[in-house]
Amino acid sequence: MLQRLQHLLGIEDLTREQIAFILDQAKPFQEFHRHPLKKLATLRGKTVALAFFENSTRTRISFATAAARLGADTMNLQAESSSLKKGESLLDTVWTLEAMRPDGIVIRHSSSGAPEFVAQRLGVPVVNAGDGTHEHPTQALLDALTIRDRKGKLEGLRVTILGDILHSRVARSNIHLLSKFGARITLYGPAMWVPRELETLAPNVGRVSHIDEALDGADVIIVLRVQTERLHEPALAAEEYILQYQLTSERLRLAGPNALVLHPGPMNRGLEIDPSVADGPQSCVLEQVTNGLAIRMALLYHLVGGAASEAAPSPATTGKE
Amino acid sequence: MLLIKNGRVLDPSSNTDASLDVLLDSSRISKVGANLSEANAEVFDAAGMIVAPGFIDLHCHLREPGQELSETIETGTRSAARGGFTVVCPMPNTQPVNDSASVTRGIVERAAAAGTVRVWPIGAASVGSKGEALAEIAAMQEAGIVAVSDDGKPVATARLMRQVMDYCRGLDLPVIDHCEDPSLFAGGVMREGPRSIRLGLKGIPAQSESICVVRDVEVAKLTGARLHIAHMSTSASLEYVRAAKKQGLPVTCEVTPHHFTLIDEDVRYDSHYKMNPPLASREDRAALIEGLADGSVDAIATDHAPHHPSSKDVEFDRAPFGIIGFETALALGLSELVHPGKLSLKRLVELFTTGPARVLGIERKIAPDEPGDLTIFSPNHAWTFRAADSPSKSRNTPFDGRSFRGAPMATIVAGRIVYRR
Repeated sequence: MLQRLQHLLGIEDLTREQIAFILDQAKPFQEFHRHPLKKLATLRGKTVALAFFENSTRTRISFATAAARLGADTMNLQAESSSLKKGESLLDTVWTLEAMRPDGIVIRHSSSGAPEFVAQRLGVPVVNAGDGTHEHPTQALLDALTIRDRKGKLEGLRVTILGDILHSRVARSNIHLLSKFGARITLYGPAMWVPRELETLAPNVGRVSHIDEALDGADVIIVLRVQTERLHEPALAAEEYILQYQLTSERLRLAGPNALVLHPGPMNRGLEIDPSVADGPQSCVLEQVTNGLAIRMALLYHLVGGAASEAAPSPATTGKE
Repeated sequence: MLLIKNGRVLDPSSNTDASLDVLLDSSRISKVGANLSEANAEVFDAAGMIVAPGFIDLHCHLREPGQELSETIETGTRSAARGGFTVVCPMPNTQPVNDSASVTRGIVERAAAAGTVRVWPIGAASVGSKGEALAEIAAMQEAGIVAVSDDGKPVATARLMRQVMDYCRGLDLPVIDHCEDPSLFAGGVMREGPRSIRLGLKGIPAQSESICVVRDVEVAKLTGARLHIAHMSTSASLEYVRAAKKQGLPVTCEVTPHHFTLIDEDVRYDSHYKMNPPLASREDRAALIEGLADGSVDAIATDHAPHHPSSKDVEFDRAPFGIIGFETALALGLSELVHPGKLSLKRLVELFTTGPARVLGIERKIAPDEPGDLTIFSPNHAWTFRAADSPSKSRNTPFDGRSFRGAPMATIVAGRIVYRR
């Protein structure tokens, strides 16, 4: 029996079945994006609060668009204009939002655990849109959808994650998700950003000490964004990063022509990824963006709409893992 | 007069463990013996209970002056009394910092007015605990401090530590250090390890503490002063303290109940698991318990650190460090250490009495003419801790709702029952 989700706080606590269910639910929404008229009435009358305590453009727009295409209204709270700037506590801010009776809250926050903290104190579904260096579950789901579409499966794939793993919520969510499906995950990046404890996150996670080893035979390469502020604590020259860790077309050849390249965006072209790779045939970056919409629509439909909505497209039951 | 009858007197100072009665006359102990009787005395029946010397807590925060929203001397000492403590030593990180005789006197006077348990303040080592100039330590000693510390942070530099230790050696005062290397600590919020990696919380490596312990032990060697390591949490720190003791240096240390009870794996996104030093590894906890048992650790200290709910009910990385601890200290010692057979009852009593007394350079015993401070507890009384019932102004504890076997039954200070369960 599939356990219905109350919130989406992270991938770690989800079962493989729950993840597969969400991926399947996203299928009809992928189709939907090809329609000329991109508006459903599924969540008409529902309100989704977008509480972005940390700056975000891509994820916020993706959630806002997902909500709009489902017919929901959105309430926007943005870091720059937020009352947090005036010293209001997180709890007071979300209680204020809750008092306006949203049907769900999407939270991005620079503190790890903030969505869970809020979920424990509010009576509405909470979706984690990225918390600190903890998780970014919708990113992992859209990555999984992208990989599954291209490779037909997740099981047994060899996935390499490149970059600053320590500070990456994208990496953590991807590691949890892919490991649950039996993928083998290889981590590579500057050694101080790839501590050995990462291997304890999930089964089948290993580190390697050279980029050739990291790429050789990889089915999927997830390139992480270099958070440029990290280069300064402690100082690491950008040239150094490029020399050792950049995904170039030459290095990509080690992985073979069928390897997929994913990047959560926004990219630092020429830093962690060579433009020829970013724009090359193996790159999935724009597909990831489109799939992000489908995943977020599926989630909002599931969490905010609930079973009561009848106008929803029937979720696909085929193509299960 | 107060007559404690039928109890089991456990006094580590004289190795006493016997069924004895204790008579207190005014503020002192007047008689200890079998089957005492005294017509005019109020009788406390301690049948089935342990009668121990009054417990001393070397490390707490009473928040007064300056942060009375979180705690006051009055509320804090009432909570201490419920925990069986007859003496508490508040750290100087108040507002203003207790770095002068006038602040010390204010604390002592407020404590006398509160009239619950004895308050022996700890003075700042440096002015404002800023790590620059020496505080008025001798003047504070006259006003009643029993040790110095810049707790909340380490004594800033080895050079300042040398000055503080040299000076305090002359005054015969112990120097208590909160050991941490600020550059390694670097904004961390929990112990670095698999759990911090999983939760995405910034880790503090264990070496942040032990590096500072090494520095302090070396400076103690240089100066010959008495060094006490506060809230020690790692096995490496313990090894350095052991080595120092072996060399005959006057180095002592304390461990908190939360560090012998909880570990980093227990941490979740709940600021009641956020303390400094952070909860350590499973291996560290095992080492600390070994140290508590074999005598390498001198005292159990609570590090009672009240924070008003509004300051603690925030995102984990934004919450202040610390938990309240008076009322659960003994119960945790019994439940976690004595009942599972890791520590003898006598050793536990030592860690609350003669151990901390020795750190302060005094004695603590149950004998005629000694101060009438006693802690009477039951090793078996079953109860559940409810933070909401605490006289403390704060509720920040991970032990709310925890059930225990063993509890303080009465706290006697200067011959007067200040708490009775």
